Amino acid sequence: MRKNKTRKITPSAADVPSHRTAPTPPAERTLRFGDRWNYAPAPEAPVDIKIRPRYELFIGGKFVKPSSGKYFPSINPANEEQLAEIAQGEAKDVDLAVKAARRAYNGTWGKMSGRERGKYLFRIARLIQEKIRDLAVLESLDGGKTIRESRNIDLPLAAAHFFYHAGWADKLDYAFAGRRPRPLGVAGQIIPWNFPMMMAAWKLAPALACGNTCVLKPAETTSITAMHLAEIFAEADLPEGVVNIVTGAGNTGTAIVNHPDINKIAFTGSTGVGKLIAKSLAGTRKRLTLELGGKAANIICEDAPIDQAVEGIIQGIYFNQGHVCCAGSRLFVQEGIVEPVIRRLRNRLRVLRVGDPLDKNTDIGAINSRRQLERIREMVDSGRREGAEYYEQSCELPAKGFYHAPAFFTGVADSHRIAQEEIFGPVLSIMTFRTPEEALERANNTPYGLSAGVWTDKGSKVFKLATQLRAGVVWAETYNKFDPASPFGGYKESGFGREGGKQGLAAYLDFD
Amino acid sequence: MVEERAAAFTKRSIKTSAKLEGLHIAFSMLDLTTLEGRDTPGKVMTLCHKAMHPAHERYGVSPVAAVCVYPNLVSAAKAFLRGSPVKVASVATCFPSGLSALQTKLDDTRTALDAGADEIDMVIDRGAFLRGEHALVHDEIAAVKSLCGDVHLKVILETGELVTYDNVRAASMLAMRAGADFIKTSTGKVSPAATLPVTLVMLEAIRQFFFTTGIRIGMKPAGGIRTAKQALQYLVMVRETLGDDWLTPELFRIGASTLANDILMQIAKSSDGNYQSGDYFSLS
Repeated sequence: MRKNKTRKITPSAADVPSHRTAPTPPAERTLRFGDRWNYAPAPEAPVDIKIRPRYELFIGGKFVKPSSGKYFPSINPANEEQLAEIAQGEAKDVDLAVKAARRAYNGTWGKMSGRERGKYLFRIARLIQEKIRDLAVLESLDGGKTIRESRNIDLPLAAAHFFYHAGWADKLDYAFAGRRPRPLGVAGQIIPWNFPMMMAAWKLAPALACGNTCVLKPAETTSITAMHLAEIFAEADLPEGVVNIVTGAGNTGTAIVNHPDINKIAFTGSTGVGKLIAKSLAGTRKRLTLELGGKAANIICEDAPIDQAVEGIIQGIYFNQGHVCCAGSRLFVQEGIVEPVIRRLRNRLRVLRVGDPLDKNTDIGAINSRRQLERIREMVDSGRREGAEYYEQSCELPAKGFYHAPAFFTGVADSHRIAQEEIFGPVLSIMTFRTPEEALERANNTPYGLSAGVWTDKGSKVFKLATQLRAGVVWAETYNKFDPASPFGGYKESGFGREGGKQGLAAYLDFD
Repeated sequence: MVEERAAAFTKRSIKTSAKLEGLHIAFSMLDLTTLEGRDTPGKVMTLCHKAMHPAHERYGVSPVAAVCVYPNLVSAAKAFLRGSPVKVASVATCFPSGLSALQTKLDDTRTALDAGADEIDMVIDRGAFLRGEHALVHDEIAAVKSLCGDVHLKVILETGELVTYDNVRAASMLAMRAGADFIKTSTGKVSPAATLPVTLVMLEAIRQFFFTTGIRIGMKPAGGIRTAKQALQYLVMVRETLGDDWLTPELFRIGASTLANDILMQIAKSSDGNYQSGDYFSLS
C-alpha cells in the first residue's frame, strides 16, 4: 500500500493545488489535428446507378430528341470526366413544351379536382423517397455536392416539398379566407445548379398543387437528376404534358421567359439574370417571382455561446461549398470576442474534410464548375489585393476536379468587394462591430436582403435585430434551416415572391 | 446547435482499418467499472483479470486503463492488479449522492487513498450547485484535490441532475478551476447518464480551459455507453473537438462495464471475419 503525501484536511482558497503538468505557454496553446487516428475512405459506390449516356427532353410525357439534334456534355466536377450528354433545347422545343403544357392545363390538370392532384403529388413524393439513395448519388456525381448533404438534406427536402404541397392541393379553397383561388395556367420555371432536385421540387410542387402545368429548365451543369425526376413523373402516371423539362443553356431560358403563352415565370438564380428577366417581362401580363442572390449578415454578439455560434458560422458559409444564395457570407463578430471566435473557427476548419463528394465522411465536396471555381479565385484575389487577410485550410486537394479549400478573410472592410459581392463559394468575410445597432446598420447596408443570422443568448436582442434586419429569412441561433412550411424569399435585389408555406401557394394562384 | 453538432459525429463512417484501430484505442481508454452494493472481492477479482487479460492474445488487445470500484474494494483490486499497468480508480466523497459533511467525504477519500487508489472519482454536491452555492462546491473539490496530491482526481458532475447545458458548462469550468484532473459526466446511477451532447459541452469547456490556462484536462463520459459503435462516436467527437493530444488514456476515459465485451466482439469479428457467439466472451 502506498502512503500519500498530502494530508491537509481543510485548505484555504490559496491552497488550490499546483498539480498537473506545467501549463503550456500561451503561444503553444494549439490543438493538433494530425494522424493519430485516420478515417478510412468510406465511398458510396456508384456502381449500380444507371446513368444514361444521353438524356433527351421531356415533352408531353415523352422523352424526345431536341429539334437542333445537338447535345452538350455534363461533367462530373469531382474528376472532370464526362457523365452524359444532355439535349440542347431551343426555342422550337420550348414552344412544343409550352403547347404540351397548355394542352394538359386545358385538357386534364386544370380541370382536375384538388384531391386528385394531391394523389399524384403524394405518389411522386413517395417515389422520390424510395429512390433517395440513387438520386442522392446522381446529385453528388452531377453537381459535386457531398453525399452527406445530398442524401440527408437535399433529397429528403425535395420529397418533403412534394408531401407538403400534396396536402395543400385539396384545401386551397379554405386557405385564403374570403377569396376563391384558381390556377394561373402554364408556369415557366428556371432553376439554378446549387440544389438541382430541391429547387425543382420547390418550383414544381406548389405549381402543380395549385393546378398549373409547368415547363421547367434545369441549370446547364446539373440537368441529370431533373431527367430522373421526369422518369418518376412518368412512373407516377402524371398526365402527359403536366410537367415538361427542357434542358439547355441561357438561350433556352430566354425562350421560356419570352414565350407568349406562358402565364408565370419563376426564376431562381443570379441577380443579373433576374434583372434581365424582369425587364423582358415588363409590359406583359406574365406573373413573376424571383429568388436571387444574397450577401447575408451573420451577426455574433458577445453574449452568444461561442462554440455553438462557430457551428452556425460553419453551417452558414461552408454548407454546400458555399453555393447557397442565403449563405452567411458576411460574418459580423462583436469586438470583444473576435479572438476566441477566430481561434475556434481555425480549429474547426481543420477538421472539415475536403475531397471526394461520394465519400460519406466528406464535408466539402467539389465546386460545381470550372467557371465557378475561377469566379471564386478571382474574388479571393480581389480580397487579397484590397488588403484583407486570407486564411485557408491547409489540406491536400484532389489533383483532378474543381476544388477550393474552405477559407476566410479577416480585416475585411465594408467597402471591399468581398464584403459586397456574392462569392458563392466556401469563402467567408469576417468583420467586427462594437454595438448591435452598428451591426444592424451595416448588415442592412447591402443591395441584397435574402437572409440573416443572429447569435446571442439574449432573447430580447434576437427579437430586436430580427425585426429590423431587412432580410426575408432571419435565423436565430441556427443557420441554413429549410422547411416546406416556411416561406422563403428576398427583400430588395434578392428578389420578390415567396416559396414555401401558404405565401408560396399564393404565387401560383389568381383570386376572384 | 449542441445536439446538431453531436449528431454530426455519429454520421462519420468508421470502417475497416479505421474501425479496428478505433476499437483498440477505445478499449485502452476503458475504466472497467463495478459499483454495486453486492460487490465482493471475488467479483473484483474477475473484473481485474478481465482488465489485464481481456481477450485471447491473438487479438492483440491491450489491458484497459483502470478498474473503478468502491473504496472498500480498492485494496482487493490493488492486490489482484499487482504488477500490471492497470490503475485502480475509486469512487469517493460519499458516492453517488455526495450529500454528506465535507469531513465525511474527506475521510471516505482518505480510505481509498490509504488503500492505494491511483485515481479518485469524486462526486460534487449537486444540491449545493443547483441552489447556487458554487463556492462551496469549488472549495470541496479543492479540499479533495489537496488530499489527493498527485493522485489523479476525476470530478463527477452528474449531468443528468444538472439538466441544462448551461449548468454543465458552468460546473465543468468550476471543477477545472478547483483542481480536477478529469471531469466526468455521471455516476451511472442516474438517467440520463453520458450523452454525446453533454460530453460535447464538457469537451468545449476543456478546450476553453486549455486556451486560457494552458492546462490539459481529461474527460470521462460514463454510464450508458454500451456498444462499440457508441464508443467510436465518442472518439470521433474527441478527435474533432480537442484533437490528437486527447486521444490517449491519459486524457480520455470511458466509464463502462458491458461496453468492453461489445468492443472485444467487434475486434474478434474484424480479425476472424465473422461474429462469435456471446458465449465466447467471459461475462466479467
